[in-house]
Amino acid sequence: MKRARIRFEGQIHAVQVDDDHSVRLSDGRRLAEDQVQWLPPATGNMFALGLNYADHAAELAFTPPTEPLAFIKSVGTYTGHRQVTWRPDNVAYMHYECELVAVIGKTARNVKRADALDYLAGYTVCNDYAIRDYLENYYRPNLRVKNRDATTPVGPWIVDVADVPDPGNLKLRTWINGELRQEGSTQDMIFDMVPGDEVVVEVEGVGRLVNRIVSETEFFSVRKEA
Amino acid sequence: MSRTLHDVASGTLFGVALNYQGLLDQHLAAFEQAPYRKPPTKPVLFIKTPNTRNAHGGTVLQPAGERLQPGPALGVVIGQRASRVSLDNAMAHVAGYVVVNEFSLPEDSYYRPAVKAKCRDGFCALGPQVIARDQVANPNELALKLFVNGELRQQNSTARWVRDIPQLIAEISEFMTLHPGDVLITGTPEGRVDVQPGDRVEVEITGVGRLLNIVQAEALA
Repeated sequence: MKRARIRFEGQIHAVQVDDDHSVRLSDGRRLAEDQVQWLPPATGNMFALGLNYADHAAELAFTPPTEPLAFIKSVGTYTGHRQVTWRPDNVAYMHYECELVAVIGKTARNVKRADALDYLAGYTVCNDYAIRDYLENYYRPNLRVKNRDATTPVGPWIVDVADVPDPGNLKLRTWINGELRQEGSTQDMIFDMVPGDEVVVEVEGVGRLVNRIVSETEFFSVRKEA
Repeated sequence: MSRTLHDVASGTLFGVALNYQGLLDQHLAAFEQAPYRKPPTKPVLFIKTPNTRNAHGGTVLQPAGERLQPGPALGVVIGQRASRVSLDNAMAHVAGYVVVNEFSLPEDSYYRPAVKAKCRDGFCALGPQVIARDQVANPNELALKLFVNGELRQQNSTARWVRDIPQLIAEISEFMTLHPGDVLITGTPEGRVDVQPGDRVEVEITGVGRLLNIVQAEALA
């Protein structure tokens, strides 16, 4: 089963998602995918693992770390499916990263590896954009690179754990303006995007998350009116 | 945690590292070398996750085999949504102040996010209460003191900040909105000390309050 959070007519709803991506409200109403505003399906902090794919570490010319590189994202950086993300003016490299997200469902402390999946509410997809121009070698990747307003699309929904039997063997794919840019591995991940681009990240069996790049000016002028 | 504090300061806890001139100066030579290559140009930020929240009088667990260090800091509680605010307008977004003890394991490097050092359960005590902004005449001249079992072990002044509150709010809100209830932890000065199980650890900031925590050894799982 797929579950999502949406806004419809000013109200936030927890909904079930059907195979055609229409959503069902608790009162039974059905709405099409493009009739609702998709919100991030979870609202906790995010623990992100860096350099967790061997070929990404090689591509970025790092020695893979001996222990996990973790960084944290706060909820203000999230945005939902079919929303926009802004490219700051005067930067050279904005890149995408298609990510599988494991959503925590209950308090987990000192958990054994064999029991770990019992603590999940399910899986979702994230596009972990980075503005590489702003990298500094302090708590890298620093917040100015990875924790910007509306620069982490998450969603569209949460898929039940039981529906993803082999989470360690899923294909990740990214399309830009309909062109497949990245498949299976992290090749071509450092690809600059510009306002107007549509970026789609997909994790096989979990979901397909759509986002559009807008300019800094457009993003903040729309937000002022809202 | 007092009800007022819980209601007013319930958002994300953002920390600023290296925001005391004395601490930054200690590292400047190293910051010219690898892996840093040059000193930081923007505020060095981190996030204290919700599991780190702790209260006045709360117990802080020393992880087995690790050194535990308190981090006296002034917390700035955001009162109004702050996106792209100017220096002149920044203080209007502040609701008040709270004493913070930003516990950490020692940091021998600033290169990678300090999640293991800083995001342990209970490693961010706040309290006893939020003091309204207008009750603190000059946040740029507050004395911070750390007492361990009543003995003064660390002291400094917010006069030694690298960036003051308006500068932090202006630079951070350029890319990241600060929301009501978020807390900006304005940095811990140089000279962090080790504390041991049984210690009574207090952070006192002039006019803001005195925050007590008790250290205990973490029971082995």
